[in-house]
Amino acid sequence: MLDLDAESIYAALLRRVREHIAGRQPLLVGVHTGGVWLAERLRTELPVAAEVGILDVSFYRDDYTRGGLSRGVRPSRIPFAIDGADILLVDDVLNTGRTVRAAMNELFDYGRPARIELAVLIDRGGRELPISTGLVGRTIEVPEDVSVVLSRDDDQRLHLRLEHDAERGARA
Amino acid sequence: MTLHLAIEHARVIDPSSGRDAVADVYIAEGRVAAVGSAPPGFRAQRVIDARGLVVAPGLVDLCARLREPGSEGALRGEMRAALAGGVTGVVCPPDTDPPLDEPGLVRMLRQRSREAAGARLYPLGALTAGLAGQSLAEMHTLSEVGCLAFSQPGALPADHNTLLQAMRYARTFDLPIWLHPVDATLVGEGVAAEGPMAARLGLPGIPVAAETVALHTIFELQRSAGARIHICRLSSAQGVELVRAARREGLAVTADVAVPNLMLTDQDIGYYDTNCRLDPPLRSAADRAAIRAGLRDGTIDALCSDHAPVSLDDKLLPFGEARAGASGLETLLPLTLVWAREERIGLAQALAAVTCAPARILGEDTGTLEPGRKADLVIFDPQEGWTVEVESLLSSGHNSPFAGCRLEGRARYTLVGGEVRFER
Amino acid sequence: MEPALRPTDETRDGPAAGLRAGLQLNEAGELHHLLSTEGLPRPLIERILATADGFIAVGTREVKSVPLLRGRSVFNLFFENSTRTRTTFEIAAKRLSADVYNLNIAASSTAKGESLLDTIDNLTAMQADIFVVRHAQGGAPYLIARHLAPHVHVVNAGDGRHAHPTQALLDLYTIRHYKGEFAPLSVAIVGDILNSRVARSDIHALLAMGVRDLRAVGPLTLLPTGLEPLGLRVCTRLQDGIAGADVIIMLRLQNERMRGALLPSAQEYFRNYGLTPQALRHAKPDCIVMHPGPMNRGVEIDSAVADGPHSVILPQVSFGIAVRMAVLSMVASAPRETALERRRAETAAPGAAP
Repeated sequence: MLDLDAESIYAALLRRVREHIAGRQPLLVGVHTGGVWLAERLRTELPVAAEVGILDVSFYRDDYTRGGLSRGVRPSRIPFAIDGADILLVDDVLNTGRTVRAAMNELFDYGRPARIELAVLIDRGGRELPISTGLVGRTIEVPEDVSVVLSRDDDQRLHLRLEHDAERGARA
Repeated sequence: MTLHLAIEHARVIDPSSGRDAVADVYIAEGRVAAVGSAPPGFRAQRVIDARGLVVAPGLVDLCARLREPGSEGALRGEMRAALAGGVTGVVCPPDTDPPLDEPGLVRMLRQRSREAAGARLYPLGALTAGLAGQSLAEMHTLSEVGCLAFSQPGALPADHNTLLQAMRYARTFDLPIWLHPVDATLVGEGVAAEGPMAARLGLPGIPVAAETVALHTIFELQRSAGARIHICRLSSAQGVELVRAARREGLAVTADVAVPNLMLTDQDIGYYDTNCRLDPPLRSAADRAAIRAGLRDGTIDALCSDHAPVSLDDKLLPFGEARAGASGLETLLPLTLVWAREERIGLAQALAAVTCAPARILGEDTGTLEPGRKADLVIFDPQEGWTVEVESLLSSGHNSPFAGCRLEGRARYTLVGGEVRFER
Repeated sequence: MEPALRPTDETRDGPAAGLRAGLQLNEAGELHHLLSTEGLPRPLIERILATADGFIAVGTREVKSVPLLRGRSVFNLFFENSTRTRTTFEIAAKRLSADVYNLNIAASSTAKGESLLDTIDNLTAMQADIFVVRHAQGGAPYLIARHLAPHVHVVNAGDGRHAHPTQALLDLYTIRHYKGEFAPLSVAIVGDILNSRVARSDIHALLAMGVRDLRAVGPLTLLPTGLEPLGLRVCTRLQDGIAGADVIIMLRLQNERMRGALLPSAQEYFRNYGLTPQALRHAKPDCIVMHPGPMNRGVEIDSAVADGPHSVILPQVSFGIAVRMAVLSMVASAPRETALERRRAETAAPGAAP
């Protein structure tokens, strides 16, 4: 049984990111919703001065014709200029890489960044696109029909759980 | 061909005499020879075993458009549809192309009908020349070539003086006038009954006043002119009440209603179903209830199909542009049975509305199984279930508000003048 | 007739088989066609508005488009002229990266006698994905929807007097933007309601969102019968109708659709029903004034009000683009397989995997 202590995995991610950026002040952009929670934590704890940007990638997904928009849409909000920016994109789970691709496409419609780096809490493998990063909290292996879900409690503490997801299994 | 025909073991329903019993029917020389026991010396040349079936007078439809003159050859198809529906007598209105305001046209139409060997044809003559509503048509001459009555279909002539004079003229020769109680100016652009349904669908509405104002006009003119009037296609509760009052008063009035107004309401338009684009329009549930009550208590004498074949192209249009009308000859009988069942009316009483009552209005020798009278009858299976598939209708009008309905009751044999003209 | 005997639209076979809520929703409850606000469930309307929020955000960027409808074809079929509505649909579709084709039918083949459905068939053969249709006859989009192949969608841009659902949705969006909750609001719709598809769609939409105090205001000749059963209060005096109103929706006096003896003159109408600053004092002090446009200044609305602090008429227009982007993207995103296709697949190969 996989022991997923979200807080300690996050602590590992925080350490790696701090080491990697070494004093730089990248602009944090979180992917709805888990990525945004992580980006807000990183902002407080790295720390980073600028506000966190929020991306909802619904309009850039590639599985749109399979009922993509019925998952609900929230507005994206990027409160800083993207042109020439040093961006750290933050998401909770890295899997096929498609969400990251959609996020990057969306960022490029805001402007031309100087650099985009990626930080994720969990890398579960199963890449379908050439996307990779060293800024990972923990790499795990889970069966195809299992979802990895990040949540946040009322005290702002992070939690991870595994959920059986028949739809995921069917799509595989 | 005047066969000696015996129909055995049928349930014989004759609304004109109230008979409803299992019996045998004997036909000779084109007439009903006897019901019950065979006449002395009768030898049947054909025997129809009608076990489980009903024998009734053939239906007399007070309005079916045959589209001739107008569409060459259409009459044959519509007559086949009539026979398949158990209809042995058809009244066709004069709004043909050209309209029936000339004796030559009427003679030709009757000749075509004889050749088609379908149902009997009772043509109505035009009330006004060209149906223009202005000058009178030659009613007397037209009556001599076979027009039983005279009609201005669609709406009342706008010129009330013309209508008044037409009534007086018709009275001179004791000719009945058939009128549609419709005031065209109150109809305006309306395409559906005014009410919550039309309001929801954003369709221009036809107020009830379009019918009631016309009825008031008709009766008031009739009071002074004294003509015999038949009211075609009531649609509203208020209209039924006005007819009731007129009859109580003693005016020489008869009335009919079309099957769709007996069975459906404006709700059935649903999402702009053009099969329900009809004149008069389908009205509310209260109006339908009043029509059912009126037919039951005799205020409304007869039920007709108001058969109007419309091409598919004329129906596959937005509601307001679609042509009004529905095919009805083949569904008149089963829908009469549905009405009887829903309102718990005896079959004899229900069938009266489509047999002896319309025959009485026409003053014609049909619509009855009385011995000595013309053998116009239908043998039908009251239990046979079938689904109305418009593509399979024999009429050229593949349009019906009852499309897809599951009905019971279907003609097996239809006889006109003792001759089996349809069998299935 | 007993309902069990007669099939309804939803139970009939054909391309529209399985579509519910007035031929609009597929079996998963997703928007397949948008024909009317009537019958749309409240959660769906809320999702449309939330999706529009997302597109408002897109509209603030340098690159105002997203790639959602890339490669898809949107045909604007306008049988009735309307530069403004057609333009906003065009902008919306282009911001979704769709290929947009504008057909002004009056000048084309239908005028030569080609039937509406033949026109549709020809365009579908040219790989149309979405038809945005405006027609002078109520019900035209339903005729089209019943006829289309399952993967093609219709968005009603206004049919006769019946419906203008995207206008009502953008009106809802506007109200939500300025007022938040719908239930406690007093909303007045003023003007030519008899001939207004905007009014009908607004009424259904506002009632669906829980507005309890909804008023229809106008002279009796411009009010259709049958409004009270829908849940409206009918007022023939402007001051009564807008008393304490939070939202006033002014309707254009429909010259082109008014027929016959309904009104004596525009001047008399303005005296009695024109929204002037004086009349506006009867409404709440923070009342918003809306208008679907185009405005007849001096007929239904005074310039001082149209250009004044209560007016949100210009924001309505920009909200309209985002709302239409939401609608276009939602209809196009519904899973393509319909009940009909599934049924065909099942009957074609019994026992085979779906």
